[in-house]
Amino acid sequence: MNNEITTAELIAGTVKKRRAREKRLKLYGIAAVVAGVILVVILMASIVSLGYKAFWQSFIALDINFDPEVIAPGGIRDPDTLRQADYGLLVKRALKELFPDIRNRRQKRALYRLVSVGAPDVLRKMVMKDPDLIGTVKTVWLPAHSDVDMFMKGYINPDEPESQRRLKDFQLAWIQRLIHENRLEKRFNSLFFLSGDSREPELAGILGALMGSIYTIIITLLLSFPLAVAAAIYLEEFAPKKNFWVDLIEVNINNLAAIPSIVFGLLGLAVFLGFFGLPRSTPLVGGLVLALRTMPIIIIASRSALKAVPPWIRQAALGIGASKMQMITDHVLPLALPGMLTGTIIGLAQALGETAPLLMIGMVAFVVDIPKSFLDPATVLPVQIYLWADSAERGFVEKSAAAIIVLLLFMLIMNALAIVLRKRFERRW
Amino acid sequence: MQTSTLILLLAALSFFAYYLGVAKAKAVSSGHVRNLHSLPRYYGYYTALWCILPALLLLVVWLIFDDTLISQLVIASLPPEIQQLPEEQLGLFMNQIRNLVYNEAFSSSDDPVARAAAEHYRFLKHLSQRCLFVIALACAIAGLSWARHHISPKLRARNRVEKLLEFFLIASSTIAILTTIGIVLSVLFEALRFFKLVPVTEFLFGLHWSPQMAIRPDQVGSSGAFGFIPLLTGTLLIAAIAMIVAAPIGLLAAIYLSEFASRKIRTVAKPMLEVLAGIPTVVYGFFAALVVAPFLRELGAAIGVPISSESALGAGLVMGIMIIPFVSSLSDDVINAVPQSLRDGSYGLGATQAETITQIIIPAALPGIVGGLLLAISRAIGETMIVVMAAGLTANLTLNPLQSVTTITAQIVGLLVGDQEFDSPKTLAAFALGLVLFLITLALNVLALHIVRKYREQYE
Amino acid sequence: MQNIMKAENFPTKPASPGVQIKERRAADTTKIFEKEASRHTVGDFTVPDPRLTTRHVNVFYGDKQAIFDVNLDIAKTEVIALIGPSGCGKSTYLRCLNRMNDTIEICRVEGEIKLDEVDIYHDDIDPVVLRARVGMVFQKPNPFPKSIFDNVAYGPRIHGLTSSKSELEEIVEKALKRAGLWNEVKDRLDQPGTGLSGGQQQRLCIARAIAVNPEVLLMDEPCSALDPIATATIEQLIDELSRRYSIVIVTHSMQQAARVSHRTAYFHLGKLIEVGKTSQIFTNPRHPLTEDYITGRFG
Repeated sequence: MNNEITTAELIAGTVKKRRAREKRLKLYGIAAVVAGVILVVILMASIVSLGYKAFWQSFIALDINFDPEVIAPGGIRDPDTLRQADYGLLVKRALKELFPDIRNRRQKRALYRLVSVGAPDVLRKMVMKDPDLIGTVKTVWLPAHSDVDMFMKGYINPDEPESQRRLKDFQLAWIQRLIHENRLEKRFNSLFFLSGDSREPELAGILGALMGSIYTIIITLLLSFPLAVAAAIYLEEFAPKKNFWVDLIEVNINNLAAIPSIVFGLLGLAVFLGFFGLPRSTPLVGGLVLALRTMPIIIIASRSALKAVPPWIRQAALGIGASKMQMITDHVLPLALPGMLTGTIIGLAQALGETAPLLMIGMVAFVVDIPKSFLDPATVLPVQIYLWADSAERGFVEKSAAAIIVLLLFMLIMNALAIVLRKRFERRW
Repeated sequence: MQTSTLILLLAALSFFAYYLGVAKAKAVSSGHVRNLHSLPRYYGYYTALWCILPALLLLVVWLIFDDTLISQLVIASLPPEIQQLPEEQLGLFMNQIRNLVYNEAFSSSDDPVARAAAEHYRFLKHLSQRCLFVIALACAIAGLSWARHHISPKLRARNRVEKLLEFFLIASSTIAILTTIGIVLSVLFEALRFFKLVPVTEFLFGLHWSPQMAIRPDQVGSSGAFGFIPLLTGTLLIAAIAMIVAAPIGLLAAIYLSEFASRKIRTVAKPMLEVLAGIPTVVYGFFAALVVAPFLRELGAAIGVPISSESALGAGLVMGIMIIPFVSSLSDDVINAVPQSLRDGSYGLGATQAETITQIIIPAALPGIVGGLLLAISRAIGETMIVVMAAGLTANLTLNPLQSVTTITAQIVGLLVGDQEFDSPKTLAAFALGLVLFLITLALNVLALHIVRKYREQYE
Repeated sequence: MQNIMKAENFPTKPASPGVQIKERRAADTTKIFEKEASRHTVGDFTVPDPRLTTRHVNVFYGDKQAIFDVNLDIAKTEVIALIGPSGCGKSTYLRCLNRMNDTIEICRVEGEIKLDEVDIYHDDIDPVVLRARVGMVFQKPNPFPKSIFDNVAYGPRIHGLTSSKSELEEIVEKALKRAGLWNEVKDRLDQPGTGLSGGQQQRLCIARAIAVNPEVLLMDEPCSALDPIATATIEQLIDELSRRYSIVIVTHSMQQAARVSHRTAYFHLGKLIEVGKTSQIFTNPRHPLTEDYITGRFG
């Protein structure tokens, strides 16, 4: 009896130390979780802070005289004439009118550079849409040059020595005057959402890349979902257990899910482009490659969805005389479908963010036009982000971060959809 | 565009075929559906499948071969002096013709021979499409009427449809194998061509990597240009930095979340970490190149240590961040797979939570954790965008994390993006790197998956 | 609220006409004796010189109450069996005695549980120390995936009970001997404990528990996963151990309770219905519910 009391006392003596050790481990754990959360926050914050300004852009208001002599000499207003007219001249005239005292040729060129090279295009579109503008004078907000935009957003510091700045003192003076006259301000950047890529940061938009992503993902979905579900059904419902081939397929699927995605790009390059001769840089090939990449993920998710359907459902269906295929299509599949869809959406969200394999099959081309079919050269959002982030110009970096925000929003929506789907149809047997 | 019209037409036809099949089945059932072997809809499926499948098969085969065939015909019609050109130049000429045919606006060729050939090409293409249209539709209608003709109450329509469906299921499941074979063949084939130019030993043990120099003909395969060792060390260095960041944070986070955290904290913190897993790698690349690298460079400047703006440290740190959720969710899974009874046993003896974790749970979960870490390493080695954007392209043989190194994946991208020549050692080298990358990750994955599987079986 | 309703109603729900009658009867008697049972357990729940005393113990899982006002004493050297139909709360009650319920987040314990006159739920009491004094053996043998030696040495090691290796070896040997396992495993102490047969594993777990030298041993259906021969060995072991320890054993099998225990407590729907000498409970139950249970009307 004596012995027992000492045991308890012995333990009581060391317990404090042991509890301290426990607390320490717990603290390390908390620190790790907090570190993870802080990293998420830093990542998000730095991207948002780099990118949010791209949703607004500097515009300059110019009093454009839609001179009939320039646009439609001789009064001919057929579309070809209107399209080919020199709208740049209208912009230059309007600028000269604002700053009549500039004579120096170098300064004049600098003056014209306040406005984006895309400005004439804006005027062209206005006139093509409404030819009655010809002959009128109208104040038009035209996109400013990226340098001006960067200054307006505070990325160019006027206190730096002039030689290190992209904008010289006299240009800053003009900008100040324009601001003072309410002719230069930041407005919502609709160009960013409505145009394709461009060599000029102020004209570059994500629509081209977005459409490319959508076309690519459609191909991916159409190919990977049915095939992956079919494969999952075979493996779960039909395949003999402990069979060499089935084991091989299983090992393959698991391995493919963990193989670097760039290897799939090499496959696409050698097989789809090289062997089958499919057109480079197209959403069709991109979709094919991503479908192969995504399939293992969907197969794995679909199999666990099928596994979650209790066996008594199958026995019940077979018991009333359904064929095996009827049991699957009528009973098992409807119950497993929400799980499969959840897995598919998550897989597609992953495919939407995939970059490396698409670089391999030439989806890095500089594409200005917005793709209109699965066979048009295109790029995708993540690749566009990569291209812009790689560019030396400050204006593109901002666009890149903004494109990331758009991409993350899309992924957020898809993941939210998956979560809703899972919550809505979750079943516990 | 004609192809999509054709597909739509075939789809519509097979829809129609379904109803014809159902109607025929009802007609031959002499009034009672139970006289039929299968339900009427199975006769509908039967007819529809007979209608669309042969036609689709024809379409696919046609589309695969028509371009090659037309090219052959066009080449045959070219003047003999062009036909006798070496294969590569002939290929270029055919590309020119294809450009003329498909992108009129962009091609500037005024060569009358090419223009004539392009005209011929276009004509043949047109003809082929017309023929395809007619033959595919004929095929569909023939299939439809054949199937309809054969419908009788004794026809085991359901069994046939199900047999086909089962065949489709089996075929789908083999795609995984086909993909692997495709990967192996495509990298192996090109890599072997590369090894004809550069000896394997040169590639595997060379200490210098500078593919640019090999463009000069006198340097092809000359010593040092394609040595793979600096890439391997660069890759391993960055992966090691990533694991140093990710393994402890991921593991401790998993331990905390599965053992200590209350349910409330778990439901908040777990999705937060999973957010990191869902972020595309290009975003991490952006973060590494434009946030972390400049920060490190300035930090280095402030404390007087030169840090390259493409340092292995920057890329490795960000890659580590990317892998944290991967490690934590895999570890979480294996820790949760440790049966509760072991925890109970330990607590029942008076162990603290820390003792239970370090002496019971971690040892029990160790194989699973090791497997998970191996998968994470495989992921770090194969990660591309972060290193493409934040690591260098010059191959330094160094283990200094503050210097710029390059990796296998970054080189593959560097070699293949932009360059269009298909047979230069540069492009082929990318496939050789791809082969090595595939083999390394394959080995890691198979080992890791094997360990994890054995571990799971132990507790199932 | 709904949860409680469901839980209360579920057992009385008729499954088939045959069962209905018995269940109805059980339900009726429950109602009749409900008040009484909550206030007075039939039989004397006190013992002279108790090791453990429990008074007015209530246990809740979230909103759901699992144990209703249980009063019971446990003597210093005895085997007391807790019996009752599944879901009656006997395991929950057992897990209160060494605060194993602490590990379940939503579980809340009310009332007073004293070990040697000290409230074990008092803030000053560390469950770590408590559990070293009140050991536990679980339903399924759960040896750690370590060697046989390390399994038994685990408790002494974490509690720092020994200062030398030889001392530790001595403790391990003594525990294995007491658990009646020594002769079977003395040549393979370094082999994994998971490689033993089910009955040996359970005895290993018992050895593991007594290596810490506890005062009370809690056993939660220790034989339910074992074959009859292994069960017999364990029962014999329990009988031997009862000379040193207080043993509280939860069991599904009434025969086992009759074989190994000195006293028996019958639980029903979270209430302690009747407690008394095992011979009395099985031969002359005083409460109709107890009688129904031991005569096999339900269970």
